Amino acid sequence: MASTETAALTLEQVTLSRDRRPVLRGVDLAVPAGEVWALMGVSGAGKSTVLRAAVALEAFDGGRIQVGDVSLVPGRVPPESQLRALRRRVGMVFQQHALFAHLSALENVTLAPVHTGVATPQAARATALRLLESLGVGHRTDAYPAQLSGGEAQRVAIARALALDPQVLLMDEPTAALDPARRVALTETLRQLAQGGRTLLITTHDLGFARTVADRVAVLSHGVVVECGEAKQVLDSPVHEATKELLKSETSSAAT
Amino acid sequence: MSKVGPLVRRFCAPIPWVVRLLTVLCGPLLLAACGSTAQDASATTGSTTSLLRWGGDAEGGAPFVEADPADASTVRGFDVEIATLMAKGLGRTPQFVQVSWPSIEQSVARGDFDVGMSGLEDRPELRARLAVSLPYFEFREVLAVRPADTLRFRTLADLAKRRVATLGSTQAYAMLLEAQKSHGVVPVSYDDDVHPYEDLVSGRVDAVLLDHVVAERALRRTRGFVVQPTALALGHYVAVFAPHQAALRDSADAVLRSGMMDGTLERIFRSWGVWDDAQAQYQQQLITRLADTTANAASAATADRPRTTSPVAYLPALLRAAVITLGISLAAMILAMVAGGAIAAGHVYGGPVTRGVLITYVEVVRGTPVLLQLFVLYYGLSGVIRLPALAAAILGLGLNYAAYESEIYRSALMAIPRAQLEAARTLGLTEWQILRLIRGPQALRTALAPMTNDFVALLKDSSLVSVITVVELTKQTAIYATNVGSWVLPGLLCAAIYLLMSLPLSRLARRLESRWST
Repeated sequence: MASTETAALTLEQVTLSRDRRPVLRGVDLAVPAGEVWALMGVSGAGKSTVLRAAVALEAFDGGRIQVGDVSLVPGRVPPESQLRALRRRVGMVFQQHALFAHLSALENVTLAPVHTGVATPQAARATALRLLESLGVGHRTDAYPAQLSGGEAQRVAIARALALDPQVLLMDEPTAALDPARRVALTETLRQLAQGGRTLLITTHDLGFARTVADRVAVLSHGVVVECGEAKQVLDSPVHEATKELLKSETSSAAT
Repeated sequence: MSKVGPLVRRFCAPIPWVVRLLTVLCGPLLLAACGSTAQDASATTGSTTSLLRWGGDAEGGAPFVEADPADASTVRGFDVEIATLMAKGLGRTPQFVQVSWPSIEQSVARGDFDVGMSGLEDRPELRARLAVSLPYFEFREVLAVRPADTLRFRTLADLAKRRVATLGSTQAYAMLLEAQKSHGVVPVSYDDDVHPYEDLVSGRVDAVLLDHVVAERALRRTRGFVVQPTALALGHYVAVFAPHQAALRDSADAVLRSGMMDGTLERIFRSWGVWDDAQAQYQQQLITRLADTTANAASAATADRPRTTSPVAYLPALLRAAVITLGISLAAMILAMVAGGAIAAGHVYGGPVTRGVLITYVEVVRGTPVLLQLFVLYYGLSGVIRLPALAAAILGLGLNYAAYESEIYRSALMAIPRAQLEAARTLGLTEWQILRLIRGPQALRTALAPMTNDFVALLKDSSLVSVITVVELTKQTAIYATNVGSWVLPGLLCAAIYLLMSLPLSRLARRLESRWST
């Protein structure tokens, strides 16, 4: 595992509870720059919560989160004015895409670069068109979110996150609503992103997807990372009970 | 004219008017209920012919008709005594039916009671549709002015460009409308006879034109004005009967005539303090004239004024009133949207204290009648701030609707999926940008349909501001209806104008909605 110094995203002993119920009980994670990691675990293991804490959407109680040179500390979520550097560095793609319903695909992608002063409207538009084109939705620029299919909406959401050129991209269950063909296409897209030097942390419980896309796999169980290593090794010869459980459920569901 | 009795104290005046207005608005229904109650009562006491059911408005107060302070379930006043005299002369038992003053004429025509009396003014168009009794009392239209203006304002011609108050739908109001054309007087119509005099004293109006009975009564109640001695016109009180009741009317006239001759009427008027030399002279003349001709001389006793009843003649006034309605509604809606937006934003983004204050405001405003709010704003606060009527109307309606708008906006803001807001945050947008670029625009689309509904409702609610002297479309229609003696044509015209204003709006909203729903 890479050391903390070269890691693009680090969580150290992060604890978080909701309504006094512990969700994260001391999560350790260090994702090196340029690697693709899959964060796995059964539903309710706390996968999404790890991502939400890492992008400061949710306050955590203990430990430390480091994104590049930006540190997040326990306590209340700081105001957005203090999160500028974090926002530039980390992008997030939500499970339900969360596209802005009143804006076209193109406008969804150009909104943030224009209004955060990252790009001029012309430059933002050029970037957005290039991104949408490269993600295979160049023909859907004028469509509204309600008119997009699940796969199209997801690619627009990825383009929206990439428009700010973040070094780290977090994705929450990207394969949840995709058919197998789309899943393959997504794998291709993410590989290209990784080759471009981006760091990806992807939550998923899709073993096949994790196997093809991830360099490493971390398994989360009851709010703790119980197993972490190269994707092939973790998934082929699991050590921890939780991982075995995960593999078993996946095999059985694949068999049905 | 409708009169608020001296017993009604100022601060409780609004409540009866709320009731009265509702009565006017729901007129036919309530009247039907009223009539049937009276019939039921008579059915149990015996045959209807042994009763003389007479309708009057006890809210008008003394000396006309008022609730008896000794027994609030009975009424007293000179009209009550004349009705009793009439019933006795006809060999019947008088039975009082309470009816709101503006509805007396329509109600007697429907047969809700046999005779209507309550200081009803004789007018030519009244004679065209109802059987009208002898004009049993002559009143003088007199000007009331502030003491400093005693020498300045003696006639309507002296009051060019001045605001002159009176009761709506009266002979005095018709005089003011004519004076508006001839002398540029600004008529201000009220629904009661207390506030005109109070507004005279406080400077909101420069004179009040009403009959001397009302003026003298007001003088006993309100200080700070004088009544000019010269009569600007004469008028007469009459009793009204349904058109097919001419025979009953003739019998009643015979009773009135003998009451005049044997001094009974004089005794009644004296006991109510409204007998004077002029009245004595008038009754003497009337008796003489009645002796001369057996025909109904009443129409001769009333000065005929030329009157047009063609709808075209009223259309300009209705359209002007429609412009006022639309103007008030638009201004109030803009105020409601701005204030409602601020309240909603404060509610969604503010702390617990802000939220508590805003919730209290919304609940108080939504939980009390807008009519009451208008009264408080216009009359209640007049000691602190004297708002012009139009400003009070816009402010009252605007602040009232702001409460409703804020709830629409609040729920529309809350309806935007949280994930979109979080996505916006991860993209580095500030809270204000998120509200302006993502939450606001989407909420506006959700809110558009209920907002349109509210605007159409506001357009109609704006008719309430007539209670604070603004003559808008509904009030103008009521004035028109009183003039022509029917609600059919004025009502249809008024409805058509309201629809012309509201329908395009609903269509626009539907089009915007369908465009945005993509």
